[in-house]
Parts: sequence; structure tokens; C-alpha cells
Amino acid sequence: MKREYTPTELLICLAARLFEDRTTAFIGTGIPMLAAALARKLYTPNLVPIFEFGGVGSPLEYLPRAVGEARTFHRAIWAAGICEIMETSQRGLVEYGFLGAAQIDPYGNLNTTVIGSYDHPKVRLPGAGGGNDVGSLCWRTIILMKHEKHRFVERLDFLTTPGYLEGGDSREKAGLPKGSGPYRVVTNLAVLGFDEKTKRMKLLSLNPGVTVEQVIENTGFELIIPDQVEVNDPPTEEELRVLREEIDPEGFYLETVSGQALDFVTFHCRKSRKTATVAIQRDRTGRIVDVLACSATDQECEQECQEAILKGMFKDNP
Amino acid sequence: MKHHQEGPFDTSQDPPTFVGSPDVEVFRSYLRQHKSFDLKEKVMSEHEAVARFVSDGDYIGFELYGTVRCPMSIAREIVRQRKKHLKVLGQGILEVDLLLAAGLVDYMDITYVGYEVYGVSPILRRAVEQGKVRTADWSNGAIAWRLKAAAMGVPFIPIRSMLGSEMLKTNGAVAMTDPYTGLEVVLLPALVLDVGIIHVHRADPYGNAQIDGIQGFAAELARASKKLIISAEEIVDPEEIRKYPERTIIPYFLVDAVVHAPFGSHPGEMAYMYERDEPHLKMYLQKIRTEEGAQEYLEEYVYSTANHEEYIEKVGGWDRMKVLSKLAVKR
Repeated sequence: MKREYTPTELLICLAARLFEDRTTAFIGTGIPMLAAALARKLYTPNLVPIFEFGGVGSPLEYLPRAVGEARTFHRAIWAAGICEIMETSQRGLVEYGFLGAAQIDPYGNLNTTVIGSYDHPKVRLPGAGGGNDVGSLCWRTIILMKHEKHRFVERLDFLTTPGYLEGGDSREKAGLPKGSGPYRVVTNLAVLGFDEKTKRMKLLSLNPGVTVEQVIENTGFELIIPDQVEVNDPPTEEELRVLREEIDPEGFYLETVSGQALDFVTFHCRKSRKTATVAIQRDRTGRIVDVLACSATDQECEQECQEAILKGMFKDNP
Repeated sequence: MKHHQEGPFDTSQDPPTFVGSPDVEVFRSYLRQHKSFDLKEKVMSEHEAVARFVSDGDYIGFELYGTVRCPMSIAREIVRQRKKHLKVLGQGILEVDLLLAAGLVDYMDITYVGYEVYGVSPILRRAVEQGKVRTADWSNGAIAWRLKAAAMGVPFIPIRSMLGSEMLKTNGAVAMTDPYTGLEVVLLPALVLDVGIIHVHRADPYGNAQIDGIQGFAAELARASKKLIISAEEIVDPEEIRKYPERTIIPYFLVDAVVHAPFGSHPGEMAYMYERDEPHLKMYLQKIRTEEGAQEYLEEYVYSTANHEEYIEKVGGWDRMKVLSKLAVKR
């Protein structure tokens, strides 16, 4: 029986299959973290994850929830700072970089700054972050996008991160590193690349069940459509199992809203006769499924309490 | 050499394009006059530190990454004391949001203000979309390098990102041809801050500071600041510093105030020490969706708490902090 999968899971698997082993990848929050963790487990065990605020080479045993948190350098080989990381990229030592955006144009230029005009924006987006540096300085960037007509646009509202600028050799002419630039655009519909000469976006392969027409319909500019278009393999059983059970078992990214959630409860500890704070994990129905830590220090006591809490013997906020 | 981009490079404007003046001569004179090599104790309350070293109209830079190592206790104190017409470095989340929600910011050099997996900041959106704050946009690397230029004591630094980006139109930095190789580079103006604010794992009473794990841009920001406030999880004996001098990332002579702030990054986290308070963060994100909610949050957690100690009590007390410590991923 084929396993069902979500568009996010498909995106993660497609991205995880793109790396060459023994290279470096600049990792951002979310899908890139999962893709890099999956790639390291199944395909490219020697892929070195690099995080912009300084984490280099963590085996990613704990899934980071943000680009600067401790998990990005847990058991890493280097805990540096942002200048070191950006300068390592500028020297040409970082192969892959991940990018996402609100808008992308035919040459892989990206907008993460504003929708509407800069001075009077309709929507103020978070800003460039490290994205502009990644898009400028890494050799090959992988752009993750939701494939929608209003996101794939002929003209960006604002050019935040350069792709191939106006195409041809304009990227290099602007002074950006020779031979660098967007490598793949991975979407919920397809995987796309760029024409070697004109640097315009071109369809490479379709996701399972998607037609060329669907891709064209959801793209706001003219795509290069080759005669032969391959179909991407759906996520394998193994990919889905590793993703769900080993990489993100709590569903932090895979089910951000409906997954398990950390919560705190206080209760009266009968043993110490004190009020204790306990960190618990609830499932989507609100039921307590795990007890993570307690402010009472006694180990034995914790064990006893854990069982009691799970059995529902203590009420929240008595 | 010729300018390729005409930027609004005009320091006579108010606020001028390069708000953190790249005048390194002024910076040198300032440092000579105000920084002392006396080993004197600088430990004080957050109230005193902010009252003495943050003024209305100052350009403030916080050093942090995402929700990590945020000097939140100092940010809350700035809001309590309602320091106005601030210019800020928009490379953060929670701390910038608090200042924006309190209406204290006139100008921002922004790189990224957002909640990563939780998306765009509604506070930033309201402030910018309603025209309440002026912005110039930069990349993360660019801001760190601008601080690095100031730390080096030079007026600018050439880099290879930001080329071809429309951010140059918003911030006025120029691209130029390198006279040695003919390569195009962006010349970033040095960024000198009026006040730098950094939260560290430990510092001694003189201000010698250590950070565990990644260092973000703490070293650069500390050296690019006229006034520097350090808040620390722990105040240690100077002998601890002298035992491992190679670990001093911020030496005392850069520091003006040392504030003891255990769990000072809450609701953010501190590497190896405590986890971020996800339930509090989610509650906060829910509240700030509306202007009223944001004001309610400020009222409840900032204005109605007199200091960091009271804030900690408000958000669940030391028991909760202890649990957050237990949740942290250890070495």
C-alpha cells in the first residue's frame, strides 16, 4: 500500500535528493533543516550543514527550530559567528544554499522585502535576513516555493536576492561570483532549473500526478518547456518513515499546528508538599502524552509523579 | 572609480541615510575620551543601566539571533522607561517588536524581523505599513560587516553580497569598481552605534564577558558601540575570567554597565542553559495579532512589572525557569 504524504513532505524529499555528498549546505529554518537531516540519514551522510549565526557540522540529531538555537551546533565541529560563516561563503567554500521567497521571477530573482511599493507597502515582509548573502555567495542555490501564479511573476515588487538578474551574463557583470547562482527551484508541482545560456527558468521534472498544463497555469511568466519532461518519484516509504519517526517525531514542522505541543502545568506535589511546575507534552486533543521535566529535583520522585500525571491523577492547576 | 548607484547618501537629512555615522575620526575621539582601562566594578540594576546609558534619540543595537540570547530584560526596561525616537538595528524579533509596539522607534536598519517558522511579525507589519517607522533594508551579512568595519576602525568595508539587489536603493550603499581587480563590490558604510546591548552567559563585575556556543555578531557589535550594556546570566569572580582569558569575547574596557539577569533571554533561550518558552511565545504571538492585544501584552508583562525579578514571577516564576533549564539540550 502506498503511503499518503503531504506537499511539505514531498518538497523535503525532493530537496534532500539534490545534494552531492562531502559538500556544504547553508541551512535556513524549516524545510531546509528537514531536507538536510533527511539527506544526511539516507543519501549524503557527509553533508556539512552550516547555519548563518555560526553552527557548522552538527549531525542534526536534534531538529533545530530556529537558525541560531543550540541544536544548530549540538555536537558540531565549529561554533563560530556570523562574519565567519558569511566570509566562508564569500571565499567560495559553501556549495549549496537554501532560499525561499514571496515572489520569484523568470531569472530566479527573489523578493522577501515588500508586496507593493517599498515606501508604501501593502505587506511588509520580514526582510532579506541571510537570504541575500546565501543567494549572492553560495555556488548553487536551491529555491523552495509554493507554485502559485501570484508568486511566480514576470516582475518582482522588490528585488531582494539576486538570481541571474536580467539573464545571460548579467549576474557576473554585476560583480556576483562567477559560476554561482540559482540551481533548482523545487515546488509543490515540479522541479525547475535554468537555461544554460539565457538563464531563464525551465521545467525539468513534474511531481507525481501533475501535468505540464498545471505548471504553466500556475506560473505567471513564460517557462521553457523541454520536449521531454520526467516525473519525480514520490516520497519513498523509507523517506517518510525517517522523516516522521526519526527527524520530526513531535511534528514541529510536519504538523506545526496540529502536532504535539509543549505546555506547563502546576500541581501540588504530595511528597514535598510544595507546588511544582511540570513541562508536559500534549497531543492534538489536549491529552497529556509525555512528562518532560519537573521543577522538583528528586529523581525518584519525578518518576513517581510522571506516572501519576500520565494516569491523570493530578489535575492541571489544582 | 565611479559610482554605479546613486544612493540617498546624505547625512544632513533627518534621519540621515546612514544613521550610524561612519565617521571613524569622531568614533576614535569618543572612545579615547569615554572608555576607561580602570578595573572598576560596573554592576548595576537594569533600571540604572538604561537610565544612565540610553537616551531619547539614540541608535540602539541588540545582539542576538532569533529567540536566542536576547537581552530581553534590558529591552523591557527600555520600554518601561519609554525612551523615545529611537533608531534600531532590526536584526531580531522579540526585542524590536516590543520597542515597535510601544511606539518608541522612528527608524530601523532592518535585515530580518520575523518569527521564522511562525512567520511575519504583525507588529512590524503595522508599524511599517502605517508609516510609523522609516526603514532601510540590508542583509544579515551586511549588518554584521558594517559593525565589523566600525570595529576595525575603518569607514567602509567592501563585500560581494547585496550586488544587484534593490536594497541598495533603500539604504544608499554604493557599488564600485575595485581599482585593483576591476571587480564590482559594494562598499558598506561602517555602523557606529550609540548603545550596544548584549546578553552573555557570564561576565565579571568589570564587564569581561564570555559566551558559550555560537557568537553571532557579539564581538563586532561590542566593538562598534559607543556605550555598551552587558547583561549576564551569571556574574563571576574575575579570577574565573583570568583562568581562561582566551574565552573573553568582550573585554571590560568596552563595557559601561553590567547587569545581572538570570533567564534574561526569556521567553527566548540560552544555549546549554535553558530552552525557549514555547507556550509563552505562542501566547505572545496570539496576542500581538491585534494592536489591542499587543498593548495588553505590554501592559501585563512590561509596564506592570517593576523589574526583571517581577517579570519572572509574572511568567511562571523560578519553578518554570528551572523546568526550562531541564529542557535545554546539553553538550
